[in-house]
Amino acid sequence: MYRIASAIFLAENIKKFEIEAPRIAKKRKAGQFVMLRLTETGERFPLTIADSDPEKGTITIISQGAGKSTKALNRLEAGDGITDVVGPLGTPSHIENFGTAVSIGGGVGTAIAYPTAAALKQAGNYVITINGARTKELVILEKEMHAVSDEAYITTDDGSYGFNGFVTQKLQELIDAGRKIDFVLAIGPIPMMKAVAEVTRPYGIRTVVSLNPIMIDGTGMCGGCRVTVGDEIKFACVDGPEFDAHLVDFKNLADRNRIYQQEEKESDEAETHRCRLAAKG
Amino acid sequence: MDPKNITTKERLAIPRQVMPAQDPELRMGNFEEVHLGLTPELARMEALRCIQCKDPVCIQGCPVNIKIDQFIKLIAEGDFLGAARKVKEDNVLPAICGRVCPQEDQCEKVCVIGKQRESVAIGNLERFVGDYERQTGQRIVPEMAPPTGKRVAVIGSGPAGLSCANDLAQFGHKVVVFEALHELGGVLMYGIPEFRLPKEIVRDELDGLRKMGIEFRTNVVVGRTITIDELMEEEGFDAIFIGVGAGLPWFMGIPGENLVGVLAANEFLTRVNLMKAYDFPASDTPVFDCKGKSVAVFGGGNTAMDAVRTAKRLGAEHAYIVYRRSEAEMPAREEEIHHAQKEGIEFQLLTIPLEFVGDDKARLTGVKCQKMELGEPDESGRRKPVPLEGSEFVLPLDMAVISIGNGSNPLIKQTTPDIEVSRKETIVVDVNTMQTSKENVYAGGDIVTGGATVILAMGAGRKAAAAIHEKLCGTGQNFNEW
Repeated sequence: MYRIASAIFLAENIKKFEIEAPRIAKKRKAGQFVMLRLTETGERFPLTIADSDPEKGTITIISQGAGKSTKALNRLEAGDGITDVVGPLGTPSHIENFGTAVSIGGGVGTAIAYPTAAALKQAGNYVITINGARTKELVILEKEMHAVSDEAYITTDDGSYGFNGFVTQKLQELIDAGRKIDFVLAIGPIPMMKAVAEVTRPYGIRTVVSLNPIMIDGTGMCGGCRVTVGDEIKFACVDGPEFDAHLVDFKNLADRNRIYQQEEKESDEAETHRCRLAAKG
Repeated sequence: MDPKNITTKERLAIPRQVMPAQDPELRMGNFEEVHLGLTPELARMEALRCIQCKDPVCIQGCPVNIKIDQFIKLIAEGDFLGAARKVKEDNVLPAICGRVCPQEDQCEKVCVIGKQRESVAIGNLERFVGDYERQTGQRIVPEMAPPTGKRVAVIGSGPAGLSCANDLAQFGHKVVVFEALHELGGVLMYGIPEFRLPKEIVRDELDGLRKMGIEFRTNVVVGRTITIDELMEEEGFDAIFIGVGAGLPWFMGIPGENLVGVLAANEFLTRVNLMKAYDFPASDTPVFDCKGKSVAVFGGGNTAMDAVRTAKRLGAEHAYIVYRRSEAEMPAREEEIHHAQKEGIEFQLLTIPLEFVGDDKARLTGVKCQKMELGEPDESGRRKPVPLEGSEFVLPLDMAVISIGNGSNPLIKQTTPDIEVSRKETIVVDVNTMQTSKENVYAGGDIVTGGATVILAMGAGRKAAAAIHEKLCGTGQNFNEW
């Protein structure tokens, strides 16, 4: 069992956890993830490590309740335990002083972009962050992002806060203003990452995305997380999860991520029903 | 019959005893074990068939040289526990090996009786003694040497790691086993299905190892959570054994392989075995819904048989094996092929897949195949399949499982660059000691050989344990000979 040291909601349905896992806290680097299994009958699922405190021996993860497992995770509180946490997994982000680096986070993707943005800053980059959300209430990590940015932008789809529009529009605006951009990191929903890749492609700006295929073991054994990158088969759990955005086959990723849609829905609905019954008591 | 007063002629007259099995019609619908095991009566009768050769060649046929003639003699005399003890001198996991070893290519292949008649059912007898020990609760506690004060880390809790850990503990060393997954047992748990190896048996063996003082740590990915150098320098381990098994699956590289519904055997079996997807939604992990569907498994090895028989049990209407050579060339055990045939698996032999085809939602709908004929033998000695012009056809499918082997997990290589690996990224070892290019680090099993068998991995684990013991304590043993 891995004890949850703290658990707070950052926004509706988005919760931040500090989990006691001293060895992972000591080793983890930006861009890496953990696999979690909440209970004995639970599925294994990956979450990126947003931060860690080697002194306290904790890692930070940020979860958006989307399916059965992430919703169940978001019901846990400080003092609760998680059956299995393993990591840090995946190849760490490639960090160097590129010059000017733009870190783009869409929705809960901001939580994944954050540690890499911080590492880019530490490596001497001029860091511009663009954090997109649907609406003001869903903006997360604003303060944290601000602290690691030379320039920080918020975009909302409905214009309720910051720039009115998508992250790609803000990025295009920067490019059109003649800003020399050397590196772009984009993490968020697949359509967003694909759109960012298309914005930077004509300019040949080196662009990296963090992929979220379905994983089962997450340690380099089952092959479930294969993705197509530049016509080659790659495995997100050991070769990634970060890849060259201009080489990724996003359509294939989106198609493959839908394979268990029906089962996931079924599982989620059954759990929601069970929880409601439990709440009625 | 009195085992002391039986003539060779009488022994030869006894037919090979048939192990009771679940009826194929019944077992197609469940995940329970196919074979039910020999009864004590059947086991004694089978044991009497052994003529107790002066020079038992079967022992040479066994990768770990179990004293086969001696343990069979003990069974014939009714001393089943004594027989178990005898097997365990050389093989710590008889209940497992009795089930999954390819005996027909090892001990039973060279059995003298087998020249004229059916060979003695050595595997079934091994299984019997292992089961007898477990089912009667008379666990044999091995003799343990006094503590040496040395500590050894074993990486991976599959067959190689477990056999290595067992021997090291018996030599008196403190052993800690590290496992990446949440469950111990490696391929015995995630790969081999319940109907071929009940997980209860593996758990029982693990309990036995715990009782010997071996410590187990799950959720540790060596190379990531902790490196080999850290284990030695910071955690004070005197030696390391790497038994992390094979790695990521190979794919065929044909068009359409990325369609939704095409997956690797490792994924399919991991979902079902380790994550218990057959019990969805009680278990959270789903697996492709096979009910009433057409499923094809590409490959002819034991993993392919495991996968196709699993698909059938999950309700597939058509469960095919698509294999490019003929049945004779299949690497799977004869017994497994035979079981698969009885369970209604459809064999598309001498057939090569050319392309997977799908619908507008990128879902698999079929595979375009071509028939083959056997030509001249290739470098493996097997006759090479040659395509037959104009024989293309489309096999309609809902799911395709690729089972053509595995590469090596790259983690150790990435994180411990001073361990030499081959071009295929397997770890290079001294064949006599299993030592890697790094001092006090040993390796064995699939990470060294590429995909092989449980018993070969166990043999490698034991060989490494002997060498590690020699290195740490300098016993002067000649470990080439064991």
